[in-house]
Amino acid sequence: MEVDKKEEIASESSEEQVVNPWEVSAKDGGKIDYDKLIDQFGCQRLDESLIDRVERLTSRQPHVFLRRGVFFAHRDFDLVLDAYERGDKFYLYTGRGPSSEALHLGHLIPFMFTKYLQEAFKVPLVIQLTDDEKCMWKNLSVEESQRLARENAKDIIACGFDVTKTFIFSDFDYVGGAFYKNMVKVAKCVTLNKAMGIFGFSGEDHIGKLSFPPVQAVPSFPSSFPHLFPGKDKLRCLIPCAIDQDPYFRMTRDVAPRLGYSKPALIESSFFPALQAKNGKMSASDPNSAIYVTDTAKDIKNKINRYAFSGGQDSIEKHREIGANLEVDIPVKYLSFFLEDDAELEHIKKEYGEGRMLTGEVKKRLTEVLTGMVERHRMARAAVTDEMVDAFMAVRPLPNMFE
Amino acid sequence: MYSSLIDPNLLIAKDSQALLVNGYRKPNLKTSNDPIRRINNTKPTLFIFSAPAPCSPKFFDNDLMGFSKDQLLSQLQELEIDYSKYEHPPVLTVEEQAKYVSSSEGALSKNLFFKDKKHRYYIISAMVDTKVDMKVLSQRLGLGKGGIRMAPEEALAELLQVSLGCVTPFAVVNESARDVSLLLDQKFKNQTRCIFHPLSNNVSISLSTSGLDKFLQSVGRDPVYVDLEANPVVGKDQPPDLAVYVPSNSVVIPELPNNTPSAQASPPKNVSAEKTKPVASPKPSKSPGNVKSVVQNSGLSVFKNPEKFVEEILDKTSELLFSEVKGENVEALAETLRKRLTSEFTHLAVMYKNTAYSEGFYAGTQCQPKRP
Repeated sequence: MEVDKKEEIASESSEEQVVNPWEVSAKDGGKIDYDKLIDQFGCQRLDESLIDRVERLTSRQPHVFLRRGVFFAHRDFDLVLDAYERGDKFYLYTGRGPSSEALHLGHLIPFMFTKYLQEAFKVPLVIQLTDDEKCMWKNLSVEESQRLARENAKDIIACGFDVTKTFIFSDFDYVGGAFYKNMVKVAKCVTLNKAMGIFGFSGEDHIGKLSFPPVQAVPSFPSSFPHLFPGKDKLRCLIPCAIDQDPYFRMTRDVAPRLGYSKPALIESSFFPALQAKNGKMSASDPNSAIYVTDTAKDIKNKINRYAFSGGQDSIEKHREIGANLEVDIPVKYLSFFLEDDAELEHIKKEYGEGRMLTGEVKKRLTEVLTGMVERHRMARAAVTDEMVDAFMAVRPLPNMFE
Repeated sequence: MYSSLIDPNLLIAKDSQALLVNGYRKPNLKTSNDPIRRINNTKPTLFIFSAPAPCSPKFFDNDLMGFSKDQLLSQLQELEIDYSKYEHPPVLTVEEQAKYVSSSEGALSKNLFFKDKKHRYYIISAMVDTKVDMKVLSQRLGLGKGGIRMAPEEALAELLQVSLGCVTPFAVVNESARDVSLLLDQKFKNQTRCIFHPLSNNVSISLSTSGLDKFLQSVGRDPVYVDLEANPVVGKDQPPDLAVYVPSNSVVIPELPNNTPSAQASPPKNVSAEKTKPVASPKPSKSPGNVKSVVQNSGLSVFKNPEKFVEEILDKTSELLFSEVKGENVEALAETLRKRLTSEFTHLAVMYKNTAYSEGFYAGTQCQPKRP
């Protein structure tokens, strides 16, 4: 499920923005137009009334990503909340395509949010590691992709998921049985032409790629996990993901009613910008475009100071006069993702935007926040043993998963 | 609490205030984290009830809206209680209030809002220089040494229907405060007049204790005056002297959603219409979800649930803090500790739980079958 730029694809005309699971680029090197994307994909904006409802139902402050509009679009999230209020629970499904060992903060965002959802709503979670996908698309060996899957699982576990409510699985290990039966059912409902239309496959692509989409679709159906949800065929599924994964789930939602299953609901995030800004998102291939979870405090400080694109003015005088351009400033953008305190963020935006605060100060604060996060992650990661990974990945029932 | 009473037709009543675009109005997200504004968000809901006659009289029931300052003052007048009124800019502390209301008018009061572990609430209204020792108070109430702490902001809004800096004995006029215990400083009785906020912190009124008593009795309350500085021994043969003032009912905040079926059946657009009671932002330290179950099943779930586990640890820490450290800033310190540490500790607790589970899991795989 991981998103990387697909180098082979000849980029479509730069007149239109391109957003699909393998490519994300904005129009004419500008910013991604999320409103247009919502229109184009046909999903809905996550408005304040929904956020308030979440706050009311969970009796806690909504996650910073909701408050700041990082998770900004959804499909049927309101229906999930309706059902929850009636006492009908749901389960969470998210995943990662383990293509590299180097994880950056952008990769952690859906997991941080999913952890919040798990705690706030007290629901179970399945996490899919699509090692088969990466084996096919990135041309990795089977062993290598499996190894990367386990390594990534450790970082995922370090985000703080509760082992008594979480099932992590890799496709190579788990596909078969009830899961495979659902895959075949889904595959029967999607013609070759349709798949080519949705995913951009062509006659040159190998058949492995063509047959992959059902693998990512069926974790949305509770019957794929008979050890977890026996007899609960009507259990709803909520999928937190980045918005470029929407095509997979449009297909799934289309197929679900034909199989007698509920349509999965989605809650979608925008892209985490690269340090140097430019149009796309963080890329695992350019180390200076991102903050990695293995970066030291010194690395983080360096990267922020040298590469983070600043919206401040060229000279101090000019800056004090005009203020910073908050639209393009990366440190403020990053703070809006990770600085928990709303009041402090507002203060920084005001002072910086009106020229009283300098870029250096903002970058310093950001460095503090990110260093804290990365440290905490590193400590948790160090505590994850192979036995713990085995426990999370064991095919076992999860009693008390809704407590 | 409100949603079951809202008639959807009411929302499109012609004369009701314009705000009901998309069924409700809510201030900009940016302002909604300002604690004062959030609590004042109760005000927009008042508009819904100011729709014209076709509505059932129930919608005008004061108990739902929360008494306003004007209603209180006219009530005092009706009861022929003599008071003097002083208007000033909104004040949040006694020091600020003292700038605008001189002590010649009467004795200023400090008003504290506490809660105990079993979700029972107390208003303590005292002379400014009376020393209120929370540890002693907790023991005298029979709650042990660290049994009470400052009530969270949302309780202020939900139970007392007042804003920050506005705790006052008059808040018990609200039906929502019926289970809140009110204890008044004995020393008030030596004053000709005492000063309180009449449900709003941009007004202060001074009145005599007999005036206050008359008002309390009119709303069915027996005025209770206590020597707040006394520190009697509490032990096996000396029962806690204030235990009789502990409320018999605990209060669950926020209320669990228990909407009527018709509310859910309405299509997604009207979902926003059901949102009538804004929630002041809960602190991360509040126990999640079903508060009732905390009270009942606390034994088992403390060890299963990382968040409850952390709450237990912080409770004990606060208790120790109160017993070791003197001074009235201790409560604020305890709250800060709680707020800042809860998230960190919960993360650690989850990792601990995962580690323990994994070790057990591994042991399970190596387990020899039982000998026959």
